[in-house]
Amino acid sequence: MSAAEALVLRDVRRSFGPTVALDGATCRVRRGTVHALLGENGAGKTTLMNIAFGLVRPDAGDVLVDGAPLHPRSSADAIAAGIGMVHQHFKLVRAFTAAENVALGGHGRFDARAVAERMRRIAGETGLSVDPEARAGDLPVGAQQRLEIVKALAHDARVLILDEPTAVLAPAEGDDLLGWLRRFRDAGGTVVLITHKLREALAVADDLTVLRRGRTVLESARASVDEGAIVRAIAGDDSRDDSRDDSRDEVRHEVRGRAPSTSLAPPAKRSRTAVPTGPAVLALADVGYVDDRGVERLRGATLAVAAGETLGVLGVEGAGQRELLRILAGRLEPTTGTVRRPPRVGFIPEDRLHDALIPELPLHENLALADAGHLRGLIDWGAVVQRTAALIGRFDVRASAPTATADTLSGGNQQKFVVARERAVAVDALVAENPTRGLDLRAAALVRAGISGRDADAEPARAPAVVFYSTDIDEVLAVADRVVVCFSGEVREIPRPADPNDRTPYARAMVGAA
Amino acid sequence: MDALLALWDGAFGSSYAFWSATLVRATPLLFVGLAVAVAFRANVLNIGAEGQLVVGAMLASVVALGGAGAPRLLVVPAMMVAGAAGGAVWAGIAAWLRRRFGVLEVISTILLNFVALALLSWAVRGPLQEPTGVYPQSSPFPPSSHWPFLLTGQRLHLGFALGVGLALLAWFLLARSAAGFRLRLVGAGARAARSAGGVAAERTITRVFLLSGACAGLAGASEVGGVTWALYEGLSPGYGYTAIAVALLARLDPRWVIVSAVFFGALDAGAAAMQRDAGVPSVVGQVIVATVVLLVLASGAARDRLPGGRRVPAGERG
Repeated sequence: MSAAEALVLRDVRRSFGPTVALDGATCRVRRGTVHALLGENGAGKTTLMNIAFGLVRPDAGDVLVDGAPLHPRSSADAIAAGIGMVHQHFKLVRAFTAAENVALGGHGRFDARAVAERMRRIAGETGLSVDPEARAGDLPVGAQQRLEIVKALAHDARVLILDEPTAVLAPAEGDDLLGWLRRFRDAGGTVVLITHKLREALAVADDLTVLRRGRTVLESARASVDEGAIVRAIAGDDSRDDSRDDSRDEVRHEVRGRAPSTSLAPPAKRSRTAVPTGPAVLALADVGYVDDRGVERLRGATLAVAAGETLGVLGVEGAGQRELLRILAGRLEPTTGTVRRPPRVGFIPEDRLHDALIPELPLHENLALADAGHLRGLIDWGAVVQRTAALIGRFDVRASAPTATADTLSGGNQQKFVVARERAVAVDALVAENPTRGLDLRAAALVRAGISGRDADAEPARAPAVVFYSTDIDEVLAVADRVVVCFSGEVREIPRPADPNDRTPYARAMVGAA
Repeated sequence: MDALLALWDGAFGSSYAFWSATLVRATPLLFVGLAVAVAFRANVLNIGAEGQLVVGAMLASVVALGGAGAPRLLVVPAMMVAGAAGGAVWAGIAAWLRRRFGVLEVISTILLNFVALALLSWAVRGPLQEPTGVYPQSSPFPPSSHWPFLLTGQRLHLGFALGVGLALLAWFLLARSAAGFRLRLVGAGARAARSAGGVAAERTITRVFLLSGACAGLAGASEVGGVTWALYEGLSPGYGYTAIAVALLARLDPRWVIVSAVFFGALDAGAAAMQRDAGVPSVVGQVIVATVVLLVLASGAARDRLPGGRRVPAGERG
């Protein structure tokens, strides 16, 4: 038993239904260190730490705190063991004051003055000051995050887990936070920093663990690895990767192989020289966006997409792609810069059940939904039902009737319907955000084919300009003619490498490696 | 058994019971039930029909009392306009509070009910009090402001026909018009309506508040113009609250609001007769009403049409 390790997660496994989130993940956090936990979207970083914090129970594996096994049944157990977690999306009661939030989860009488005193003492020791009287919801993001940390410290946390703490912060605030984490470590505290950003990890971490597809692929002291090795661990190297995750490989083969036997695969990619160079349908010039909390989400974005061309977009969560896609789709107006886009741009949002469809309404009303903003007078529902029937026939949407409610369709058919609708209302341009998320292979292939609009008989000039974002690098590389990567609000085009299967330059750009 | 017979007789036992008791009592419920149904369809939880009714009644009374000597053909429509405007203004306050400050309408509309009742209380002791200053009520309205009866010898008045017409119009517009479609979309999924349809959801919601309030205001105008011919406190025995039951029983369908309002009107008339003839307290009628509503809600028939999850109030939108 080594008490030098403040927190150990050993060979942890966890599935959610058919999805294996963690498949033998291990993470050893030495006391008095900053430990970076790295990995791509969906690698299992957050799930692993949620297990340490008692929010998720592992199917197998051990959690040890200070060398002693811990079986947290709720976060209260983890907090009692000295673990604090600051989630990416803060868990504050917005209507409560800062002091009330700090007191939350405590026992006995709530004494506002005692809590405020405790907060002042913590502020004196750590420099993290938050007005105890302020309402949490009124605080700026940086202060909300400080409050989360103060809350953990007020519960005597010795191990602080921070999930993507800088994603919500402006760069200067992020640097301040990293500086604070160093000081907290120097005072004997232990930090687990979940991050997408390599620069951060390299700047503050003493040790690091890399997860890929739920498994630990690299554990090392910061000093004994170089950046390249970390990037390779994060992105994986297909030739040497004996992946047991067959489904993903299948996607890769199916997409890249473009088996001629099936119409499901996207049409063969034209050679690079055949990429249309016609006039841009979508164009951004020096576009910036500042969100309503004053955080700069996008700056200096410049790009153009021509008819028949597919622009792939990559980026880790919070890197600015969400705003980029919405500006291109006309769902968001930029703060600065100019946008050129057709009057209607089709948009396939990530959250189709909230942003694209109304599940309890029939399909034909969901079709009319796309025009609802500018319909006038009376609606000829008979004609709408006919149009719906034609559309679901053409795009092979499996529905019992054009008047069936959307929630009677499978996820794949719902998404095919959304694609069909957006193609129908906007013929010139289409923006797709993670459109195959949660779909099986066949449905995903059909959705990709629908989005590309390159039907066998369609001329490239008639095909729409497409912007395609996915969290799956391989999928983006397979469908895109050109690829841009978002990192910290900047949008950079990364030229296709000589080997079309080489994802390393993209993986590097996504984590901000030079 | 006697009590149930008395209930039935009071509601349907004679042509007078039906035309002059049941349908007359159904009339205000028709307007307020419609007001609630339309609002709920857009997921606007207007539970302030009571206050909107009262303000509508006050403004209609001002027109009625000031319109002495003017032709009935002018005064009655002017009362309708005044009543609708009063209700719309009252609901408009809640709409503004929600849009400007993110105040939930469940809270603002119910509080505005008390404000409206206090205003009525003040009006009938102040500016609108009868000249002797003894009773807390207005002078009797001049005949030019009495809404015409629909049948000779019966108390059924123009308000009922107006309410039925309005309900059918509302049903048609919801089912067929683009504006009605937008209203339903905002109620069923405001996020998708905004994102996929480019619907100006906030504007739609404001309009729904105004329409719903106008409808409830008409109930007030119809009561003072068609039944009481004077303004006094206690004008509404809680029609604005019964309205919620009327709308839910109708599954928020304007056509069924007609049926549901008549049903509640019959129970009301019957309960009054039951108390009079069989000595059974009229609260038994209310128990029946409550039981019916609970059964309907529990049956799930209404559930699928009820507003789903709440939207995020304007102030908290991320």
